Amino acid sequence: MHELAITQSMVDAIVDRLGPARVTAVHVRIGKVSGVVPDAVRFCFDLVAEGTPVAGARLDIAEPEGRARCRGCAAEFAVDDLLLLCACGSADVELLSGQELTISSVEVA
Amino acid sequence: MCGTCGCGEDDGPRYTHLTEHAHHHEHPRTVVLEQRVLGRNDGLAAQNRRELAARGIVAINLMSSPGSGKTTLLERTIADLAPQWPIGVLEGDQETLLDATRIRAAGAPVVQINTGAGCHLDAEMLRGGLAALEPAPGSLLFIENVGNLVCPALFDLGESGRVVVMSVTEGDDKPIKYPHMFRTADLVLINKVDLLPYVDFDQERCAGQVRALNPAAAVLPLSATRGEGLGAWYAWLQARAPHRRPVQFDSRG
Repeated sequence: MHELAITQSMVDAIVDRLGPARVTAVHVRIGKVSGVVPDAVRFCFDLVAEGTPVAGARLDIAEPEGRARCRGCAAEFAVDDLLLLCACGSADVELLSGQELTISSVEVA
Repeated sequence: MCGTCGCGEDDGPRYTHLTEHAHHHEHPRTVVLEQRVLGRNDGLAAQNRRELAARGIVAINLMSSPGSGKTTLLERTIADLAPQWPIGVLEGDQETLLDATRIRAAGAPVVQINTGAGCHLDAEMLRGGLAALEPAPGSLLFIENVGNLVCPALFDLGESGRVVVMSVTEGDDKPIKYPHMFRTADLVLINKVDLLPYVDFDQERCAGQVRALNPAAAVLPLSATRGEGLGAWYAWLQARAPHRRPVQFDSRG
């Protein structure tokens, strides 16, 4: 359950940046192949935020899909997992997105 | 404090903005952060990496499920290499000093890091461990992570190499079941190959899964108890310290 540590890092990073300002919403991006489960982050969020200026904030999670590019034929395609295989048969594939684990923005009262 | 203008609500003089800012603190604003969630950990990891490199220490993060044979592999590695290449060990476990006791008995300085409820080591724990262990300059440092194929995958410690240990008794489908872990590995060790006659484990299938996830990772089969394949493991470690005098190893495998 690394999501507890991930969520703790998220709240710590926000408080570090914004100090005592009361945060009403948090927007994050958790890529579909990042290895982090959004529902588990939602589950941890209120618990971790309690007693901080982030307490009670709304958590909005965007889940960008995985995109990859074949180094052989240059095709770009969507991926659901980390077994990256191009339709041309090549496994020499570069992951372009989907591993994001980023705090996009916060709303402050 | 007002988030827009910074004016205080409680004390000090109060000012009223009469232009665009006459307000009752009803103006939520958006602050763009675009900040990596694990940015703090990654910053500390980078600092660890610099400090370890400056002292010529090769730090290996060993990750696996519980029971794959990490500690046995370390005992054997210490016995074979420590006379020529000083070895220090940081042992991560949720509880107990059992592994640290085994490593000390094998003859290497060791510090146990108990994570309690924690399921992985992070860069800050490594800093604490390094301060306690004080590994010798030029030494080989093993960081035995908490036995877990999920959580340690996301946390950079500042190591110079990431090694996943799996064993033939776990089944040959571990890589695709735990893709994040295998994707971050520099080396995958397939341990307990002396048990191959007794288990249904397809080495080529397993290695193929690792290649599909992570074409750059090396895969080495070995037996920590019988010695098979240890020479290749030591050569891999040696390649991490190209300026060292090569270690002499009497291959018994």
